[in-house]
This record gives sequence, C-alpha cells and structure tokens, in this order.
Amino acid sequence: MSEKQFSNPAVRWIDHRLPIFSFLNHEANEYPTPKNLNYFWNFGSLAGISLVVMIITGIALSMSYTAHVDYAFESVERIMRDVNHGWLLRYIHMNGASFFFIVVFIHIFRGLYYGSYKAPRELLWILGVVILLLMMATAFMGYVLPWGQMSFWGATVITNLFSAIPGVGEAIVTWLWGGFSVDNPTLNRFFSLHFLLPFVIVGVVVLHLVALHRFGSNNPLGIDTKGPQDTLPFHPYYTIKDFFGLSVFLTFFAAAVFFFPNFMGHPDNYIPANALQTPAHIVPEWYFLPFYAILRAVPDKLGGVLAMFGAIAVLFILPWLDRSPVRSGRFRPIFKIFFWLLLADCVLLGYIGAMPAEGLYVLVGRLATVWYFVHFLVLLPVLSVIETPRPLPQSISKPIFTGGGAMAGAAAAPKEKV
Amino acid sequence: MKKLLCVLAAVLFTSPVFAAGGGGELKNAEWSFDGPLGTFDKAAMQRGFQAYREVCSGCHSLNYIAFRNLADLGYNADEIKAIAAEYEVEDGPNDEGEMFMRAAVPADHFPAPYPNENAARAANNGAYPLDLSLIFKARPNGADYLYSLLTSYVDAPAHMNVPEGMYYNAAYSGNMIAMPQPLYGDDVEYADGADSSADAIAKDLVNFFAWTAEPAMETRKRTGVAVLIFLVLLSGLSYGAMRFIWADVKK
Repeated sequence: MSEKQFSNPAVRWIDHRLPIFSFLNHEANEYPTPKNLNYFWNFGSLAGISLVVMIITGIALSMSYTAHVDYAFESVERIMRDVNHGWLLRYIHMNGASFFFIVVFIHIFRGLYYGSYKAPRELLWILGVVILLLMMATAFMGYVLPWGQMSFWGATVITNLFSAIPGVGEAIVTWLWGGFSVDNPTLNRFFSLHFLLPFVIVGVVVLHLVALHRFGSNNPLGIDTKGPQDTLPFHPYYTIKDFFGLSVFLTFFAAAVFFFPNFMGHPDNYIPANALQTPAHIVPEWYFLPFYAILRAVPDKLGGVLAMFGAIAVLFILPWLDRSPVRSGRFRPIFKIFFWLLLADCVLLGYIGAMPAEGLYVLVGRLATVWYFVHFLVLLPVLSVIETPRPLPQSISKPIFTGGGAMAGAAAAPKEKV
Repeated sequence: MKKLLCVLAAVLFTSPVFAAGGGGELKNAEWSFDGPLGTFDKAAMQRGFQAYREVCSGCHSLNYIAFRNLADLGYNADEIKAIAAEYEVEDGPNDEGEMFMRAAVPADHFPAPYPNENAARAANNGAYPLDLSLIFKARPNGADYLYSLLTSYVDAPAHMNVPEGMYYNAAYSGNMIAMPQPLYGDDVEYADGADSSADAIAKDLVNFFAWTAEPAMETRKRTGVAVLIFLVLLSGLSYGAMRFIWADVKK
C-alpha cells in the first residue's frame, strides 16, 4: 500500500507508524469503482448498515432482556412499556431482521443475475453464502428469545430437524437443547449465541470486503475494468450514491417500524410460550418460508433436511456449476429467462411455505423444489455449453460498438474470465 | 425495480396475515386507532376500562398494566391514586416475615383475580381465562376479532350439539367457547350517559384493549410522521447532491 502524504502533521506522524489513514484513503476514498454500477449495487452497503443497526439495537435490548423462561416474555413487554423508547428499539430490531433479509436477498439475486460469483470472485461469493447461513442461524435464535408461542414451537420444530441424522440424531438434539425438551437451558444458550454470532458475521463481512477489494466490484456489463476511464473514485461518487440509497431504504424501514411494526410478525408470538398447547399452524418467519417449503416438499424427514441444507449448499458450488465465461445476464438471452423463472420459483416456494402442507400445495411445493435444484444442477451447467452469448462491449467507457466491434467483442468474451 | 417489486410481493403474500386460519366469521367496524394517523379515543377507553372492571376483571387478569398507566386514559394523579386505593395487593414479607395485604398505589400492577392458573381453571370449569393485556395483538385482526367475539353469541344451529359448560359463538374458531356470554346490554352504567348496548360496550372494550396491548401506539405514530417527513426530505436532498456530484461523469 503506497503511503500518502497527509498535510496534517499529526495524521502524518500516526500514519507513518500505523498506516490507518493510508488504508482508509486507499479503500474508502480513492478505491476505483466501475462507473456504471446501477442501484442494485446499493444493497451491499445497505446490508452492512443493517447489520450495524441490528447490533446497536440488539445490545441496547440485551440490557433490559431477561433470558429465563419465566421472565423472558414479560421482560420484552417491559421493554415495550417501561423502558424509555424501548418500543422503538424493539420494533427496529424486529423489523430490522426482516429488512436485513430483504436487502440481502436482493443483493444475492443481483449477484446471480450479473454473474458476480464468477472468477475471480468465487471466494467473495462463498463468504457471502457463509454470511447468509450465519444470518439464518442468528435470526432463528433471535426469534426464540421473546419466548412467545411461535418462538417456542419454532425452536421445537427446527431443533428437532437434527433428530433426522441417523444414529446420533436424538443425542444431538438433546445436546442442543441442554435437556429433554426446549426449555430454560435452550433459551439461555440461544441468547448467548444470538449475542455472539453477529460479531462472527462482522468478521466474515470484513473478509467479504477484503475479497471484494482485491478485484473491485463487478458491474452490470460483467466485463473487467480496463483502466481509469472505466472507474470513479469511491468518494465522493459512491459515498453519495450509497447515502442516497440509505435515505430511501430508511424511509421504507421507518414506514414499517412506525406504522406496520407487526405486519411481518405473527400474532401468536404475543401469546406466552406454552409447552402444552401447539399453535394451529407453526409458521417460521417469512424469510425462512422458501426453505421451509423445500423441507416439507420431501416426504422423508432426513431427505427434507438434506434438501433444505442442499438449497444453500448448491450456492457454495455455484461458481463451478455455471461455467459460462460471460458474467452478466444482459448478454445471456437464455440464462436471463431462467433467472426470472428462478426468482419466481423462490417467491412461489415462499408462498407454499406459508400454506398448510395439504392438497395442491404439496404438489406445487414439490415441483417448485425440483425446479430450484434443476436450475442450479442441470440448467446452469448445460446453458454454459449450449448458450451463445450476445457480443460483449469492448469496455465500460465504450459500451457502443463501432464498425467491426461486435465481432471483436464476441471474440474477446472468453478473456473476461481472467 | 422489478426485483424489488417481486420481493415486496413475496413479503406481502407470504405474510401470516394471509396464512392464518381463523375459522370464525368476523364483523368489520371502524376504529379511531386504525391507519397510520389513528389515535386512541380516550372517552371510549375510559368507558372500556369501566366495563373491564365491572364485567371482565372477575375472571381475566391485566398483568402488564399498572395503575400509573391510566394517565394515558386521561385520569389525573389524584384520580389514579383513588382508583388504585380501591384494590388490595399482597406485599411483604414484613419484619415478622409475614405477607400482608395493603391498598394498591399507582406503581402497582392490577392484581389478578386468581393466584395461579390452577386456581383459575378450578373456578372456571377447567377453562383458563386469559390475561387480556396483549389479547388485541395476539389475535389476527385484533380489533374486529375482539368486537366480533364479544357480540357473536347467537343460538347454535339446530344440528349442532353444544356440550355442557360450552357456548356457541359464531366468531370463535370452532364455534365452541368456554366463556359464557359476557355482554347483554346495560351491563354497566356509564357516567357520561353513553350508549350501553352490548354492541357499544364491546366497542368500548376494544378501544381499551387496543391501548393495553400497546400503550405507546400514539407516540409511535406521531414520531413516525416526523421521522418520515425528515427522511423524505433527506432522500430528496441526497438525490440532488448525488446528481450534482455525478454531473461531470460521462456515461
């Protein structure tokens, strides 16, 4: 990293010994960023900010929360009623989880469409999938903490999934629970882990950023930047764009927090947990519904669990399933169609996950599950071979072809993999 | 944008609002607290509070509400002290190690009618009268649900056999409810001379329970208006700033 000469002598003194200012200048100020990023590239920074919002509100909430089966529900109500602005903290935290997932899902689908997982960004993508897994674990355990009916029964259903593991399943579940049912030890450890995991996420986010800054952002054209004419310094161009995106995001977020705070929650979670009374329908939070639908689509318990984890596992190997050298879906006419079908499939899975597992829903859920895996395991590898991509532009600053540019672009396509 | 809409659609259509299976038939009514700018109707809440005390509180607790919270209903400090003093709560242990009863003060919560769930069940044919503090938020479409439940005690259809100790309620899931009809009309005498038909009392109770479930609702909505105005302005300003900074960038 080149040392920059700062005018302030104190900054210069520190930077010579601890190059923190050079680092910040390099990574957050002059960091060259493709100049053609569209608004879908806002969602990375939004995800990071969501994480910070969750950690800050979470720490504040933990100061008034009691992780005990006899007091947890009441302590949450105390936060809602007696803690100064406790209702605001809790509603931000509760809706923040949903908004975090909305942002991350958009971020993921952006990566899927523009081929951001392809070389040389495979590890960047894999770290992102690790973050998604950690988020799911954290969100699940967080939902258990208020100790309402859905907390308790959701925890019971999900932890019971591990009993499907042959041989040691029952032992693992007992170990997870710290007893023979979801009870006080379970609540205590979930609170402990719910506090810990966000900081693990922060760690993986740092790695995600290091990997990102190695080659810089992908862009809507999916071609590499060819020089300074293709890029802009991160500040002020993308700091202001991210700030604008943040303002719009916060507007939607605030609308939910202040006017529809319970819309994405379930009324049953305002009933204290009762081990003797099972709710009519145990439904997970909306962001788990597609995975819940995949879990229920397989008639066999172990098979369902494997399919559900498989739905995430395929994302880990995605960079090697899609071998097409062209990144951006813009230049892949057939891929583009299947991308939208996959998105529709995921929405459909979410809908099926919210419905009772009966009648037509079961059939549709199974077909949608099969389609999900066919997309990744069959269509993408096959498309990489049979699809003829449209010609790529020569560079970001010359997106329009001149003369024989179309041919040159097509010939240049395989080089993009480098 | 398309993606955003799809995600929003996913949120909307997978929400439990669409998933919940109720079973009973709900009536629709207009409520002052509905909508983003809705507020509590203090007169109705006071009447609802009176109805809770005279009709519901014999069986149903209100654990999360303290007497001091009644200030939200428009009572002043002296009135709250007087209301609290009408109740007795257990305190102690005293210097002799004995628990004792004393008059409640504003800091106390409403005392529950039964010492524990078993006592409540023993007194109610095995059924457990729920705590009502959060009932409004604990049911889908809480306002209409509570209103309908309180006013849907009708004669059971001829083919239905209502077991001993159960009652037929058109709004209740499964229609068989252990709570006897609570309102018949003129169950309470309102000081302000307001309508005391069963329908009107039910609505007053709904207004009261909307408040007990979330006393901060008015503050929340009021703050929300200010926050949204600020954020919309901030979005506009930052959009302008972004256009200004990006003006020299060649596409």
